[in-house]
Amino acid sequence: MDTKRTVFPSQGLPYLLVAPQLIITLIFFIWPAGQAVKSSFEREDPFGLSTSFVGLMHYGRLFQDPAYLASMGRTALFALAVTVISMGLALVLATAVNRLIRSGTAYSTLLLWPYAVSPVVAGILWWFIFNSTTGILPYVLEFFGVDWNHQLNGGQAMILIIIAASWKQISYNFLFFLAGLQSVPQSLNEAAAIDGAGPFKRFWTIVFPLLSPTTFFLMIVNLNYTMFDTFGVIDATTAGGPNQATNTLVYKVYSDGYIGLNLGSSSAQSVILMLFVIVLTVIQFRYVERRVQY
Amino acid sequence: MKTLNRVGLAALSLMLSTSVAFAATEVTWWHAMGGELGTKLEEIVAGYNASQSDYVVTPVYKGSYAETMTAAIAAFRAGEQPDIVQVFEVGTGTMMAAKGAIYPVYQLMADMGAEFDPSAYLPTVVGYYTDTEGNMLSMPFNSSTPIMYYNKDVFEAAGLDPEMPPKTWEELEAFSRQIMESGAANCGFTTGWISWAQLENFSAWHNQPIGTLENGFGGLGSEFTVNGPLQAKHWANLKTWQDEGVFQYGGPGGGADAPAKFYTGECAIYMNSSASRAGVLANAEGFEVGFGMLPHYEEVEPQNSIIGGATLWVLQGADEAEYKGVADFFTYLSSAEVQADWHQFSGYLPITQAAYELGQSQGYYEANPGSDVAIKQMTLNAPTENSKGLRFGNYVQIRDVIDQEFQALLSGDKSAQQALDDLVARGNQMLRDFEAANQ
Repeated sequence: MDTKRTVFPSQGLPYLLVAPQLIITLIFFIWPAGQAVKSSFEREDPFGLSTSFVGLMHYGRLFQDPAYLASMGRTALFALAVTVISMGLALVLATAVNRLIRSGTAYSTLLLWPYAVSPVVAGILWWFIFNSTTGILPYVLEFFGVDWNHQLNGGQAMILIIIAASWKQISYNFLFFLAGLQSVPQSLNEAAAIDGAGPFKRFWTIVFPLLSPTTFFLMIVNLNYTMFDTFGVIDATTAGGPNQATNTLVYKVYSDGYIGLNLGSSSAQSVILMLFVIVLTVIQFRYVERRVQY
Repeated sequence: MKTLNRVGLAALSLMLSTSVAFAATEVTWWHAMGGELGTKLEEIVAGYNASQSDYVVTPVYKGSYAETMTAAIAAFRAGEQPDIVQVFEVGTGTMMAAKGAIYPVYQLMADMGAEFDPSAYLPTVVGYYTDTEGNMLSMPFNSSTPIMYYNKDVFEAAGLDPEMPPKTWEELEAFSRQIMESGAANCGFTTGWISWAQLENFSAWHNQPIGTLENGFGGLGSEFTVNGPLQAKHWANLKTWQDEGVFQYGGPGGGADAPAKFYTGECAIYMNSSASRAGVLANAEGFEVGFGMLPHYEEVEPQNSIIGGATLWVLQGADEAEYKGVADFFTYLSSAEVQADWHQFSGYLPITQAAYELGQSQGYYEANPGSDVAIKQMTLNAPTENSKGLRFGNYVQIRDVIDQEFQALLSGDKSAQQALDDLVARGNQMLRDFEAANQ
C-alpha cells in the first residue's frame, strides 16, 4: 500500500478531528440501534409504564409466524425485482445518453427529475395512475382485457410497488452509470473498433467490465434502498395490502410498531432486518467484490 | 377555504401574542381533524378563547387518528405531552389500560371543581367511554355511526320509489339488481369501513356478540366470537355480490375509493359514517341524496348501531392551572350551543341531550331531512350486551387483520367462514398479548 501518511503533532488531535463524526454515529445510529436491540427482548405497553424482560420470545414468535416468513420471501422478490429493473433500465438510458454529444445534458436533467420527487409524492402519483376507479391505466388496460384492481389482486399490487419504487431509483442509478461510462477511456473503445469489434461486443467486453465498480456499488445501494427506503412508496400506494401482499419487512416494522404500538416485536423485526442487511453487505464485499475490476 | 385558513391562523397568532401579554395559561390540544372539520374546530377554539381571558387553548393538527395517537404516546414517553389529545375509538382500550398516563375526565372535573353532570350526556355515546363503575374516562367530542346514503335519481330511473330506501339486505339486493338491469347505475352499493360498518356495526345491529365478556367491556380476558353464522352469511353474500358487481369494494381502512364510487354515480347506495354527510352533500353534484338506516337481514329485528369517532383524553404530567383550563374548556365544549353547532355542521352525533333538544327546537331536523337518522338508529332500542359498543386492546392492529381477512375472502383465497375463523384466531392472539402486557 502506497497511501500517504499524515503525522499529527499531538496524540489527541486525530481523535478530536474524527470526534464529530463519531459522536453523530453514536447518537444517531449506535444508540437507537442499541435501544432497538434492548427493547426486542422486552414486552412493554405503549406508554412505557410497565416493562418486562421476555428473552427471545419476540424472535421465536416471528420465526413461527407464517405471515412474517411470507414477508421475507416477498421482500426478497421485491428487492431483486426493483434492483434488476432500475439498474437495467438506468444502464440502457445512461448508455443511450452517453452517445449523445450535444443534447446529453438536457436528457440527463430530465431523467434526474424523478429523484427529486419525494417517495410519498411518487407513491401518490402512481396511486392515481393505477387507481382502479379513476386511474388512467386501468381504463386503458380494460381494452386489453386486463381487469386491474390492485386493491384485491396481490400480484398486481406487487407490480405496482415495484414500478413505483423502480421509477424513483432509476434516476439515481442513471447518474452513477453515466459518470461511470464517461470515465471509460475512449481510446480502448476506439482500439477495439479498429480491431473490428461491433458495438455490442465492445460494450460487453470493454465497457461493462470497466463499469463493474459502479455496478457493484449500485447493487449494494439499491438493495439497501429497497430494504429500507421504500417505506414511503408502499405507504402511499398499497399500505402493505391487499391481505399483506405488499407487506415487506420494513413496512411491517412500521405497521407493527408505529400503528400497532407493538414495540417489542417491531424492535425484534428491525434487529433482524439490520442483521439481514449486514450479512448481505458482507457477502457482497467478500465474494462479489473479488470479481470487480477497479 | 384558503382565506378561512388564513383568518384562522391570523386569529391564532393574535391570540398567542395576547396570551403572552395577559400571561394566560396555555392548554394544548392535539387533534386529527383536517379539512373542513379542522377549520370548524379552530373556530370553536377561537370562540372559547374569546369568551374568557384566563386560558388560551392551542389546537395542533397532528395528522391522521393513528398518527395523532402515536405522536401523543411518543411525546408522553419523552415528557412533552399535550394536555388534551383526541384519540379514535379503537384506541380506547389502549388508553384505558394506561392508568398512569391518563387523567380520567370524571376525576379531573371533580378535582377542579367544574360543573359536570354525566347524566346530561347521551348514554349510547358515553357508555363507550366509561369504566366498569360507570365513570366517564374521556370527553366525547366527535362520535358518529354508519348510515346509508342513496342516489334518489338513480332509484327513480330504475323505477324504484326514491323515498323508500331498502330496509333489509334482501331488499337491498333486489333493488341493486333492478338498478343494474335498468342501467341506471353500474353497481348496487359500496361501503366505507368494512371493519366498522360491515362487521362491528353489523353484529351490534343484529344483536350478535363481537366478543365474550360483553364485547370486552367486562375485562381484558375477552375473546372474539365474531365468526357466528349470521356474520358468515353476510360476508359470504358480500363476496357473491362483489363477484356479480352488485357490491364494489372500496379498499381497506376507511375505504378510500368508496366515496368516489358513490359521487360519480357508479354505485347507487353507499354506507358510511353519519359524519360523511357534509362531504356527501358537497360532492353529490347532479343528483339528490337520500338517507336511510343500515339494512338488516329479514330474520332479525334491528337492535341499535354503535359509534365510532374520537374522544378527548387528558394526559398526566401538567400542573393544576392547566388542568383547571382543561376542565373549563370541556365545560364550554359540552355546552348545548357549541355541541349543536358542531353536530349540525359535521354530522357527528350530539353528545348531550340538551344539544339534541336545541336542534329540535331550532327546527334543524325538519329543515335537513336525514340529519337525524344517526340518532334514531343509535337509540332505536336500549343497548344490549352485544350492542353497547366494544372494547378490545390492540384494536388498531386487529382492525388491520379484519381488512386482511376480508381481502382474502374477496380474492377467493378463503371462504367467509374460514376468513372469520382466522380473524378470530389472529385477533385472540393479539388480545392475549395485550392482556399479558397490561397485567
